[in-house]
Amino acid sequence: MKELSLNVLDITQNSITAGAKHIEISLIENEEGILTLSIADDGCGMSQETVRRVIDPFYTTRTTRKVGMGIPLLKLAAEQAGGEVKIVSKTVEDDPDGHGTVISATFDTGSIDFTPVGDMVSTMCTIIQGHPEVDYLFVHKTASFDVSLDTAELRAVLGEDVPLSDFAVIGWISDYLQQQYQNENQ
Amino acid sequence: MKAMSIAELTALRDKMKDRVAMREGSGQIRVVVGMATCGIAAGARPVLSAFVEKVGEAGLGDRVIVSQTGCIGICQYEPVVEIFEDGKEKVTYVKMDAAKAAEVVEKHLKGGVVVDAYTIGQNK
Repeated sequence: MKELSLNVLDITQNSITAGAKHIEISLIENEEGILTLSIADDGCGMSQETVRRVIDPFYTTRTTRKVGMGIPLLKLAAEQAGGEVKIVSKTVEDDPDGHGTVISATFDTGSIDFTPVGDMVSTMCTIIQGHPEVDYLFVHKTASFDVSLDTAELRAVLGEDVPLSDFAVIGWISDYLQQQYQNENQ
Repeated sequence: MKAMSIAELTALRDKMKDRVAMREGSGQIRVVVGMATCGIAAGARPVLSAFVEKVGEAGLGDRVIVSQTGCIGICQYEPVVEIFEDGKEKVTYVKMDAAKAAEVVEKHLKGGVVVDAYTIGQNK
């Protein structure tokens, strides 16, 4: 993947497939330049056996091919930048009230092999456009900006008649995020 | 959340409410973009963004639905876009990019003419 934002787009599809209703996507870079990406969902979760296997490129839930590169590619991006990937998951049987998966990855942004974050605005718009029924909380913080989006707040304004996936709404979300990135950079 | 932006969103909602009610059931075209790992790695995100933006700009939102799907099964041809229209054969566009997507919106979705050069039949 050319940008981490593409890995985020890809990995988030797994949360949606897992039937998540709420997904929290956060990218937080600390003062030491360590970036922590976290995607947390309230989906069906995975057994400990499955958690071990998703790292393997030859494990997949897809039916069209026998390879699943999503998590292996994220792991590669993290490890080549001196970081790691961790997956914590609870199935409905493990915890009926707190099931879901948290996948987190760390990166040293100073590493020569760090993949740039890239266009998170496009990633968020694409995720929301594809599955407007899910609620997303997005946070992206670094020393120079603090960007956030909570689709539950947008839904409260839009009501039930106007879906988040409407062309005009996606355009608004794109401008809204773009503005936050620009304002904070100045 | 910024008050100004929320005011804009509220205005947007009021403008759209009437339109949304009319949309259901009209002769629809469905544009489906493959967004599995293979599609994303090959550049599906800008293709999807271009369809969303251009269909909106062209005012085709009432009869065109842009949606996403998983792996279509022809990873070597990604980004792949399928277009479904009532009473017509499915059209599969392959190795797409944002510029080609804009052209497909203009010629195919708006003008009704399939852009043969980008279809799978011309790219085998």
